[in-house]
Amino acid sequence: MNVIREFLLLLGPKWRSTRRRGAGARGRAGRTLLLLGVGAAAWPFVYFTLVRFLRALRGVEDVGPLLASRLLALGLLIFLGILLLSNVIAALSSFFLARDLPAIRTTPVDGLSLYLARLTETLVSSSWMVVLLLVPALAAYGRAYGTGVEFAFVAIAAVVPFLVIPAAVGSALTLLLVRIFPARRSRDILAVIGLGSAALLILVLRVLEPERLVDPESYRNLIDFLEALRGPSSTWLPSQWTADVLIRALDGTSDLLSWLLLWTTAAGVTTLGAMIHQRLYAVCFTRAQEGDENRLTRTAGWRGLEWLLVPLGIRRRELILKDVRSFFRDPTQWSQLIILAVLVVVYVYNMRALPLRTGTTISGYLTTLVLFLNLALTGFVLAAIAARFVFPAFSLEGRTLWLLRSSPVSASEILASKFWTGAVPLTGMALILTVMTNLVLGVPRALFLLSLGSILCLSLAFTAQALAWGVLYPQFESENAAQIPTSIGGLLFMLGALGSLGFVVIAQGWALRGYLASGLPGRVPRVARLEEIGVAFGITLGVALLTGVPAIMAAERRIRVGARD
Amino acid sequence: MIELEALTKRYGEFLAVDDVSLTIGTGRIFGLLGPNGAGKTTTLRMIAGILEPDGGRVRIGGHDMAGEPMAARAILGFVPDRPFVYEKLTGAELLRFTAGLHGISGPSLERRIEELLDLWDLLQWRDQLVESYSHGMRQKLILSSALVHVPDVLVIDEPMVGLDPRSARLLKSLLRAYADKGGTVLVSTHTLELAEVLCDELAVIDRGRVAAAGSLADLRAAAATKDAGLEEIFLKITRGAAGSEIMAVLEDLA
Repeated sequence: MNVIREFLLLLGPKWRSTRRRGAGARGRAGRTLLLLGVGAAAWPFVYFTLVRFLRALRGVEDVGPLLASRLLALGLLIFLGILLLSNVIAALSSFFLARDLPAIRTTPVDGLSLYLARLTETLVSSSWMVVLLLVPALAAYGRAYGTGVEFAFVAIAAVVPFLVIPAAVGSALTLLLVRIFPARRSRDILAVIGLGSAALLILVLRVLEPERLVDPESYRNLIDFLEALRGPSSTWLPSQWTADVLIRALDGTSDLLSWLLLWTTAAGVTTLGAMIHQRLYAVCFTRAQEGDENRLTRTAGWRGLEWLLVPLGIRRRELILKDVRSFFRDPTQWSQLIILAVLVVVYVYNMRALPLRTGTTISGYLTTLVLFLNLALTGFVLAAIAARFVFPAFSLEGRTLWLLRSSPVSASEILASKFWTGAVPLTGMALILTVMTNLVLGVPRALFLLSLGSILCLSLAFTAQALAWGVLYPQFESENAAQIPTSIGGLLFMLGALGSLGFVVIAQGWALRGYLASGLPGRVPRVARLEEIGVAFGITLGVALLTGVPAIMAAERRIRVGARD
Repeated sequence: MIELEALTKRYGEFLAVDDVSLTIGTGRIFGLLGPNGAGKTTTLRMIAGILEPDGGRVRIGGHDMAGEPMAARAILGFVPDRPFVYEKLTGAELLRFTAGLHGISGPSLERRIEELLDLWDLLQWRDQLVESYSHGMRQKLILSSALVHVPDVLVIDEPMVGLDPRSARLLKSLLRAYADKGGTVLVSTHTLELAEVLCDELAVIDRGRVAAAGSLADLRAAAATKDAGLEEIFLKITRGAAGSEIMAVLEDLA
């Protein structure tokens, strides 16, 4: 009983801080309404799209239901990977680096209460986004399969252990990693995690060969294809057990073995985690307080960068150098670049693996459609990267903002340095990605140039928007840069960025409608006209300017007059 | 020179600083005293340009902080009450960064960085990340960063926090020498002994207002006490806890 009381007591301050942060200075009602509005717009979109898709799939004899269940298993497998990784990183912060730990460690709190409280904290901070996506997705499955309300209870009973398992495993893994490396040397830990997950991601994506599922001709016959779909992907993973219990529940039956596996594993790993924690936490916590050997010298690389930035003037150079140094010395920041790099490679590889060049299927029309898809996907990746790396830029100044505000530096200089520090790598990556995928696709020169120009405009606009939303909704108190974008400001940025991206893709489709129509069967194919390309680019440039410039102006104003708060 | 004219600041309904007017002349060390929550830090943050006042005016060396913020900040060195700095920079890099914000670089800067770090016994730590510095080392680093661009005015919130006795003594000598060479110093402190020996003039702020200001003799007169020490004067002006209240707390503890 004492453990439960202490557990609730330990979670109390976190719960109250989160609630108050949510309320903020602008009033709770406004923010709640905004969140409800965002939810009201996003959830039905996911729900109805998925319901339509699943119903269409169910209509396909034999293959349809199998594909639907395979899709669920695949989705849960990806979620499991994401959850494991984010739990490991979150546990590092909540078990070892949190500012309140030294004070808590001086009180007579039971080890088990502390473990359970920190495990819950780790679970919630790592899993809430996955839950937000699972709610409309599972509701859509329920609707498409015509189940009743009872499916909601089944889903909750299945999802809870599905979330607990990676949280307990991730926390235990972090504990063992800290046993080997001190937590302050987290760069080593995160590098290990980053490289490990990168390797895992490549392995999963290449073993699954998702492109084969959309190309049944690559199987010898239909039986082979059905066998490939029917065969469980990973019987020993909780994602498969969860998928199994859900699919069986959708069919009106029950999979007792999978239920048993899910819940006993969840209970087992939590107990095991508690035992490891009881045994190792004290020594690991002490190790975590050890400092790293942080002696740094001005290497040739830094000197080179300093020299490159000389033309910008002393102030701008020092502002940019400070941001770049802080980024590359903070492993919670750069370690995610490894995963990003892997994603880019996998993306380009999959573009190459698309069945565009398999004998007769290649066509200019299809290539153009893929080009649009590519613009949308690259734009989405850019928005996500901007949310992760550019949005937190101002918040990270946090408690050190006094130094800038008491120095002779203007708001526009602060913004300019943050903008270019984000824009240069983001645009560089976007252009490389576009050139590589365009070369793989063999895109005609005019469209090649249009896609390059579009992605340039979008990456600059997204940088401006991400920076501006980050200034308007700063998270100065956040202990982890990765958590900053998971705020209301981050959500608003993503919605704005994806909205403008959707508009650009549709508007470009409209501008090039004549050219696109010429590729349809029975028409005479022609190349895109210069005026069509010009209009498409003009619209993109207009959207970039209309979304980017006012955002930056609003941010500049906020930094300038924000000193009133 | 620092001039404050009817400085006012509100946080919602709460009046944190209420019509504060003070003038701190060149070559003077001025101490700002007051109980917790009296408005000292808010006043100092407005002087440093970190917060904008709701009313009144701040002038640094004749430059209006609202009208010419860049000129005012260029001649100012500020040390906040809590030593938060960029954790992922080394000590030397932080000083180079602060100087850079004031448009200073080059070999003379490198020499000044060496001098300052040497002064505070931080030279052997110059290439270590700030995250590995102790509280006192951070305080010394921030004091160095406030001095790196050779400011005309120093504004320091709680200067002695975290400093060892040797560094505390060094800081007192440094501030005296700085003022003697024509610099203006404003310090906010709870260490009354420091204020008594270091400051040429003092002001006691209570509930956002200046309760008394002037030399130690002026404060004695304001408190209507003869030959009293600063602690007694302070308690009288700010209505400090009465003996009976202290006894009540101690009885609870027993």
